[in-house]
Amino acid sequence: MPAGTLYRGREGMWSWVAHRVTGVLIFFFLFVHVLDTALVRVSPQDYDKVVATYKNPVVNLMEYGLVAAILFHALNGLRVIAVDFWSKGPKYQRQMLWSVVGIWVVLMAGAFYPVLQHSLHDLFGS
Amino acid sequence: MSAETHNPVDAADAADGGVTPFGPDNPAPFIEPPRARTKRTPRATRTNFEMYGWLFMRLSGIVLVVLVLGHLLIQLVLDGGVSKIGFAFVAGRWANPFWQLWDLAMLWLAMLHGANGLRTVINDYAERDVTRTWLKWLLYAATVFTVLLGTLVIFTFDPNIQ
Repeated sequence: MPAGTLYRGREGMWSWVAHRVTGVLIFFFLFVHVLDTALVRVSPQDYDKVVATYKNPVVNLMEYGLVAAILFHALNGLRVIAVDFWSKGPKYQRQMLWSVVGIWVVLMAGAFYPVLQHSLHDLFGS
Repeated sequence: MSAETHNPVDAADAADGGVTPFGPDNPAPFIEPPRARTKRTPRATRTNFEMYGWLFMRLSGIVLVVLVLGHLLIQLVLDGGVSKIGFAFVAGRWANPFWQLWDLAMLWLAMLHGANGLRTVINDYAERDVTRTWLKWLLYAATVFTVLLGTLVIFTFDPNIQ
C-alpha cells in the first residue's frame, strides 16, 4: 500500500475511501452505459437486446447497487461541499456524515421495491 | 554557475575541522537561485489548473446531483422501474429537446467530473512516472471517445432508423 494512504481513521478517512471507491465504480459504469445507449444508432433490435440484460434479476440487483453507490457519492459530495464552503462545516463534518448515512438508509429502503420490482415480479409472480 | 577555483568538498572538510572555511581568499561556491528565470523559462511557470479542477468538481457535483438523481428516478423508479426501458421509451424521451439537453449536460458533466476524479486517483496510486503517464493518456483517450460518441448519438438520433 502506498505510503500515506491510511491515516487518521474514523469517519473522515472512511467517508473519503467510500467516496473514491463509489466514484471509480460509477465512472466505469458510465463508460459501459454510453456504449450500450449508442446502440440506438445501430438498430432498435440491437438496443433492446442489450437492454434485456439490464432486466436480468442479477443485473437488476447490480442496478440497486449502482443506486446505492450514486446516492452515497451524491450525499457525501454535498457534505464535502459543506465542509469546504460553510464556515462551520469542518466542525460538524462527523454529524453531517451520520446524517448522510441516515438519509442514505431511508432512500435505499424507499428505492428497494421500485428498482427491484421487475425482478420481484419475475421471480415471485404477478 | 560561476567557475570557482575551490571545490565545495574541500570547504566542507574545512568546516568539519572548525576552521572558518570561507573568506575573501576562499569564497563560498556560487549557488544559483532555485527559481532563476532564463530566456527559455515561460512567463508564468505555474497555472491555477488544480484550483479550477477543485472548483469544477464542486460546481459540477451540485448540478449532477439534480441531473443524475432525476435520471435515476425516471429510468429506474417511476413507471415500473427498468421494465419499460427500450428503444420506444428512448425515442419518446428524445422527441423532447428538453430531455436531449438534459442528457447532453449530464453526459459532459459526468464524464469530465469522473475523468478528473480518476486523474486524481491515478496521480495518488500510480507511483512510477511511466505508469502514471500511460494510465492518464488512456483515461483521456477513453474520455474524449465516450463524450464524442454520446454527443453524436444524442444529436443524430433517428426514431425511424428502420
